[in-house]
Amino acid sequence: MKQDVVIRTVCRLVVPFIQLFALYVIIHGASSAGGGFQGGVIFASAFILVGIAFGIADARKRISEKMTVLFSACGLGIYAGIGILCIIFGGNFLGYSFLPLPFPVPEIRGLAAEAVEIGIGITVMAVMTSIFYDMAVDEEAA
Amino acid sequence: MIWEFNFALFLFLVICAIAAISVRNLLSAVVILGVYSLIMAVLWAEMQAVDVSFTEAAVGAGITTILFVAALSRTTRGSKD
Repeated sequence: MKQDVVIRTVCRLVVPFIQLFALYVIIHGASSAGGGFQGGVIFASAFILVGIAFGIADARKRISEKMTVLFSACGLGIYAGIGILCIIFGGNFLGYSFLPLPFPVPEIRGLAAEAVEIGIGITVMAVMTSIFYDMAVDEEAA
Repeated sequence: MIWEFNFALFLFLVICAIAAISVRNLLSAVVILGVYSLIMAVLWAEMQAVDVSFTEAAVGAGITTILFVAALSRTTRGSKD
């Protein structure tokens, strides 16, 4: 199904800005409004927009079902890995200040919090995209 | 906090909530729920809860509406009862 040229052009123009805004929300989550969850949702909405405008098959070509599973596991691994790393170095789960990095403690805290937010963002993006893939009807197949 | 503005928003919120459960067309109900989420997001921002407002706008008005429409494409538009 070929969509209208206006829809396709606007989607192609808007998608990079949505993704950039999602990355901004994830990175600035610790210090201002936003965070990994919201940024991941916005990032997933970019893929969903591609799926609506160009068809599910095209969106599947950009990020396949296997990739969504891989990404969700990867994000969860980042989150749990940093938490367990803190336990290994003698702190609590996600007790960032015990990480042996060559920075002062507040900077270690900020860096580790950002890394955890990135993990959350990757997982939320992958899971939201895969939910959309499972629920949407492929018009070309039907 | 402007109480007249908040009062008008609350009024719209209640109207949207009642309309969403009383309307017969399922697609209209989904769209009205999206409007409900948007008004709720503005209300959260009015109550100085910017983070919650952000989540409501991204998840409630964005993703939930899309998933409802996607689920709707697998069923019929109107209710049978």
